[in-house]
Amino acid sequence: MLLKNDRISEIIDGKRVIVKKPELLAPAGNLEKLKIAVHYGADAVFIGGQEYSLRANADNFTIEEIREGVEFANRYGAKVYVTANIYAHNENIPGLDDYLRALEDAGVCGIIVADPLIIETARRVAPKLEVHLSTQQSLTNWKAVQFWKEEGLERVVLAREVGAEEIRQIKEKVDIEIEAFIHGAMCSAYSGRCVLSNHMTARDSNRGGCCQSCRWDYDLYQLSDGREIPLFEKGDAPFAMSAKDLNLIRAIPVMIELGVDSLKIEGRMKSIHYVATVVSVYRKVIDAYCADPDHFTIREEWVRELEKCANRETAPSFFDGFPDYTNHMYGTHSRKTTHEFAGLVLGYDPETGIATVQQRNHFRPGDEVEFFGPEIENFTQVIEKIWDEDGNELDAARHPLQIVKFKVKRPLFPYNMMRKEN
Amino acid sequence: MKKPELLVTPTSVAHIDELAEAGADAVIIGEQRYGLRLTGEFSRHDVAAAVKAAHRRGMNVYVAMNAIFHNDKVDELGDYVAFLADVGADAIVFGDPAVLLTVRETAPHMKLHWSTETTATNWYACNYWGRKGAKRAVLARELNMDAILEIKAHAEVEIEVQVHGAMCMYQSKRSLIGSYFEYQGKVMEVERKKYEKGMFLYDKERDNKYPIFEDENGTHIMSPNDVCIIDELGDMVEAGIDSFKIDGILHEPRYITEVTKLYRRAIDLCADDRERYEREKEELLAAVEALQPPHRRIDTGFFFKETIY
Repeated sequence: MLLKNDRISEIIDGKRVIVKKPELLAPAGNLEKLKIAVHYGADAVFIGGQEYSLRANADNFTIEEIREGVEFANRYGAKVYVTANIYAHNENIPGLDDYLRALEDAGVCGIIVADPLIIETARRVAPKLEVHLSTQQSLTNWKAVQFWKEEGLERVVLAREVGAEEIRQIKEKVDIEIEAFIHGAMCSAYSGRCVLSNHMTARDSNRGGCCQSCRWDYDLYQLSDGREIPLFEKGDAPFAMSAKDLNLIRAIPVMIELGVDSLKIEGRMKSIHYVATVVSVYRKVIDAYCADPDHFTIREEWVRELEKCANRETAPSFFDGFPDYTNHMYGTHSRKTTHEFAGLVLGYDPETGIATVQQRNHFRPGDEVEFFGPEIENFTQVIEKIWDEDGNELDAARHPLQIVKFKVKRPLFPYNMMRKEN
Repeated sequence: MKKPELLVTPTSVAHIDELAEAGADAVIIGEQRYGLRLTGEFSRHDVAAAVKAAHRRGMNVYVAMNAIFHNDKVDELGDYVAFLADVGADAIVFGDPAVLLTVRETAPHMKLHWSTETTATNWYACNYWGRKGAKRAVLARELNMDAILEIKAHAEVEIEVQVHGAMCMYQSKRSLIGSYFEYQGKVMEVERKKYEKGMFLYDKERDNKYPIFEDENGTHIMSPNDVCIIDELGDMVEAGIDSFKIDGILHEPRYITEVTKLYRRAIDLCADDRERYEREKEELLAAVEALQPPHRRIDTGFFFKETIY
C-alpha cells in the first residue's frame, strides 16, 4: 500500500524527493541519553520531568537538567518535548502550575499530555508550550482526533491499535499533526485502560507505577459446573498478555507517504546503546527514502543493526492488520541482546591512530569489537594492546567508566560507540 | 436527605421489572457493538422495549456507547444516537469524544454520562467533560473514599460511583484468548472456544483468579473479587454522591436482583435512619456474602487502599 503522496513530495531535477520529511522523535531517559539521541540524528526527543510523567522508575530530569538538555538540543536544531501524561488525581493538582511554568521557562517546545486538567492548565499558565495529546488517551478514530483539534491541540499521538489505512483516513479528514510509534515496547492493552498494576501490586499504572503484569505468566482455566478445567496441557507455555515489541522499519516508506508528521521511538528506560543504535538506523532509513523515494530499498544491514540491541522479539502489531498469535510472546518474555555496549569513544588521535574510550562493559585484548556512530560506517576489529590513561598496559578494561586507550584501524569521533558480541 | 440513585445492570428486558421491584432507580443497557462489558445484550428492539418497561416503573434508562471506536464505526454512531433519542433513552454513556461530537450534531438535548472506566481520576477532568456537555462523570474505580468525596465537593456534574461488582482491570483490542489457542495449535477450536464463558486466569503468586473474556471490543480481564461496600455507604450518601452503581457482569440475574434489594435497603436506611443503618449494616454485608457464588469473594476494592506510584 505505497501510495505516492504529492502533498509531501516535489520533482526536483527530474527526480521525486520528499520535501516534508517527518520528525524522528527519540526517547531520552536522562541527560546523557538526550545528548546521544540528538547527536545520533533525532530531530526531537521526549523526556520526563520529576513529576507528572509515566515512568516513575526512569531517572527523570530536574528543571536544571531540562534547561541544559534544551540548550544542547537547540544547538543541533532539535526540539525537546516533556511527557506529563499521567491521569492526575486530586492530590497531584497542587504544584502543577509552577511545574508547567518552569517547563516553559526552560525552553521546552511542548508537552505530551493525556489529562484535560494538564491540557487546560498548560494553556492558562504556560501558553507558549505546544500541547500534544498522549497515546494514553487511546485515540483510535478521526472524529475523536477532530475533537482534540477543536480543543486547540497542535498534535495527537495515535493509539497503538491504529493501522496504516486508518492513519490515512485520519490524515485525509483532519488537518492536525500526527505522531505515531515506529519502534519499541507495546502496551498490549489500550493505553490508559489498564489497571493491572493497581490491582496486583497497589501501584498506579496511570501515574507511572506500571509493573508490567502483562508480561507475567498465568494459567488459563475454565469454570464448568463448579469444576476448574485447565485449558493447557502439560508442557504448554502458560498464558500471557505479552505483546512483542513494535518494529516498523520496513513500513517507514508507507509512514512517510501517509504524511505522518512525527515517527516515534519508545523507550525512556532503554540504554544509551539502544537509543544510539535505533536512532541511527531510522535516521538512515528516513534520509535515504526522502532523498530518492522511487529507487529506495531497505538495506538488510539496517534490519540486522536493530537486532543488535533488541532484547525482545519484534512484530508489526496493528500496522498492517489485526495481529495474530505470532505478535505475542509465550513462555519467555525477553532474551539477552546479541551484542552489548562495551565502550563510549571520548577521543581519537589521528597522528597515532589511538582512541580514548570510556569502558561500559568488560573487554580485553583479543576481543572482536564493532564501532558505530553517525560520522562513520560500522567496522569491526580485534583489540590489541590496551593502556590506561598513564600508559600502563592492562590485561583487560575491567572497571566501569574506566578510561583506556588502544589502537583502532579507522578514525573515530567523540560519542561513537563500541559494542561486542555476547 | 437526598438519596443517591441506585443504578443496576439488567440481563434482559424481562429482568427490568424484577429489578424495579427490587428497588432499582435506573438501568444501564446496550449492545456490545457500541457498549463495553454489558451484563446483557440488548438489540435495538430490546432497547425500545426496555425503555418502555423501565419508564412504566419510573426508572431511567442509560445506554452504553462507551466503546473505543475505530474509523469503521464512526459513520454509524449518528444513526444509533438518533434511534436512542427516538425511543426516549434518558442518557448515553460515552468515553470516546467521537460520541460527544455525534450527540451534539444529532441529538443535542440527549444527556451524556462520561465514563471511561479508568481515567476519571480528578475533579477537574470531571468538570472539563461537564463543560463539553456531560451531565455526569462516572469515577475511576481506583480511587479511595477520600478522593471520591473530594471530587464530589468540587464537582459541577453528577458523580456516579460503582459500589458493587466486578471491576475491569484491562482491555485489549487483541484477541488474547484466541491467540493463545492458536499458539497451542488448537486452530479448529479457536472460533468456537474463545467466546465461551467462565474462563479465568490463575495467578499463582497472589492465589487470585481473574475472569477473562473476549467479545467484539477485544479481550477483557476483570478483578478477582467483587467490590462490596454496602456497609460503608454513609459518607458518600452524606456527601450527596448522585448515583451508586451495582455492576452485575459475570453474575446470574437472580443474584443481581437480590443484591439490588440489599442495597435498596442500605440506601434507604442510610438516608432515613442512619442509626439503624449503623446497627444493621453488618447484617446487610453478611447477606451479600451469603449470595456470593463459591468462586467469587467480596472485598472493598480501592475504597480504603493506599496506591503508590
